[in-house]
Amino acid sequence: MSASPVGLPQSSPPVAFLRTFFVGGVIAYRALFNWIRPSIYIPTMLGGPLFQILFFSYLGRFSGLRDDTFFVVGNAVQVCSMSSIYGATMTLANERYFGTLASLLATPANRAALFLGRTFPVIANGLFVSVFGFAVGAVFLDFDLAASALPSLAIVVLITVVSCTGFGMLLGAIGLRMRDVFFVSNLAYFVMLLFCGVNVPLEELPGWMQAIGRSLPLTHGIAAAREIASGGSLAGVSGLVRAEALVGAIYAAGAYGLFRFFETSSRRSASLENF
Amino acid sequence: MTVAHGLRVVRTGWLVSMKELTHSSFFVLVSILQPVIFATIAFFMVEAGGRSGTLLYTALGAGLMGIWSATLFGSGGLIQWERYQGTLELLVAAPAGLVFVLLGSTLATSSIGIYAIGATLLWGSIFFGVPLDVAHPLLFVIAIPVTILGLGLLGLVLATTFVLYRHANALSNLLEYPVWLVTGLLVPVSLLPGWVAPIGWFLAPTWGIKAIRTAALGGDPLPAIGATLALSALYLGLGAIAIKQFERLSRERATLALT
Repeated sequence: MSASPVGLPQSSPPVAFLRTFFVGGVIAYRALFNWIRPSIYIPTMLGGPLFQILFFSYLGRFSGLRDDTFFVVGNAVQVCSMSSIYGATMTLANERYFGTLASLLATPANRAALFLGRTFPVIANGLFVSVFGFAVGAVFLDFDLAASALPSLAIVVLITVVSCTGFGMLLGAIGLRMRDVFFVSNLAYFVMLLFCGVNVPLEELPGWMQAIGRSLPLTHGIAAAREIASGGSLAGVSGLVRAEALVGAIYAAGAYGLFRFFETSSRRSASLENF
Repeated sequence: MTVAHGLRVVRTGWLVSMKELTHSSFFVLVSILQPVIFATIAFFMVEAGGRSGTLLYTALGAGLMGIWSATLFGSGGLIQWERYQGTLELLVAAPAGLVFVLLGSTLATSSIGIYAIGATLLWGSIFFGVPLDVAHPLLFVIAIPVTILGLGLLGLVLATTFVLYRHANALSNLLEYPVWLVTGLLVPVSLLPGWVAPIGWFLAPTWGIKAIRTAALGGDPLPAIGATLALSALYLGLGAIAIKQFERLSRERATLALT
């Protein structure tokens, strides 16, 4: 512990980093999502995914395309975007909407810790929504999962949620400048339903749509989750998992770069909270 | 206030709301982009699943899904939205009956959905070869506004009942998919558990899509058009009663402006 220029005790850099990362992340989440309560959370984060999974599974039965497992796995993984896209967008963009962005960026806090720390509650929430989605499939639809597949599936889903959160953070960073970023995050949610092989097998899409799909998070993760649900091993899908992690890392790096760029350029042009 | 005056208020409210909605990026998303994306997913699914004869069926269903979404989000949060803007008191205090004021807006939310049907048909026709041959053109042209009327009046009921729930948006998020399902917009209700169908009988989209589909694909759309109109009358009655209650209670308890 050393003294700061104004005489306040100052933590060593690693401790300060971790404190900003964990404590700052949790406090930011509690502050930005103070409006979340069961009467909002249950219909939106659980009710919406529940009926989305039922809708596409029954549409799958009508179309005769694939069995319930295909749609349950695809949608159960995709519904993590409720948190990973919308939530992650809000963790950055809402600082601007709530008028707290200037105060936040006036602090000397490590930007990487500040940026990454707020992803953790989002990831935990996305994971919970996905687990709920799989439970919906098991209870209401013809979806069975061998207990031995659970650990591998959990790892794949976790990596997919993290990857998708990277993409959500990119949208959030864009929200530091864009007037209506929630239009983009809503659109992204629907685009991912179409392009990421959630309900339409990737090979059924035209080549250019497959290429876009492969450059988005979820696509490789969903493919890996389907392999595991049908009896595959984690080792057998390691290529897909690595690809999903790589896609997520690229989006996360882009998000952080954009976040720093907007911070710097907003200071220069005095346009931090302008709309 | 005469009915003629009331209808003039409805027309003006409808026009103003239509202008507002067409300038809202959210409603552009809900009434054009979202239906096109869902239609595309459904087109790929039915084609890959070997049900390519159902493309027009699918395009119409996806279009009506857009009308429902626009009505649900627009009407469901209508009173709440007026509250946030601070205009609810003005609307209630206006000499025109509140039912006429709200009706113009709820009809606008379903009318904006016309873009959804247009968009899914056009998109389907250009990119998926959806045939646009309509079996009964005149009845098709009648079935669409009747359906929009039915959904607009259902919107009136939503507007006045959702107000009881503090978080109308969350309720809207919840009700989008289930109504798509129980009203058979894309998935035939016969595939769902038997207890689901009776729920759909009380919802205008069930009869609206039946009217539009039979007018387009063949069959007699008149019973479904009649059912949609009958439900519309029921919704109008329910909505009017609910608005009276809402207005009376909010005046008595002085809670009109409270969110």
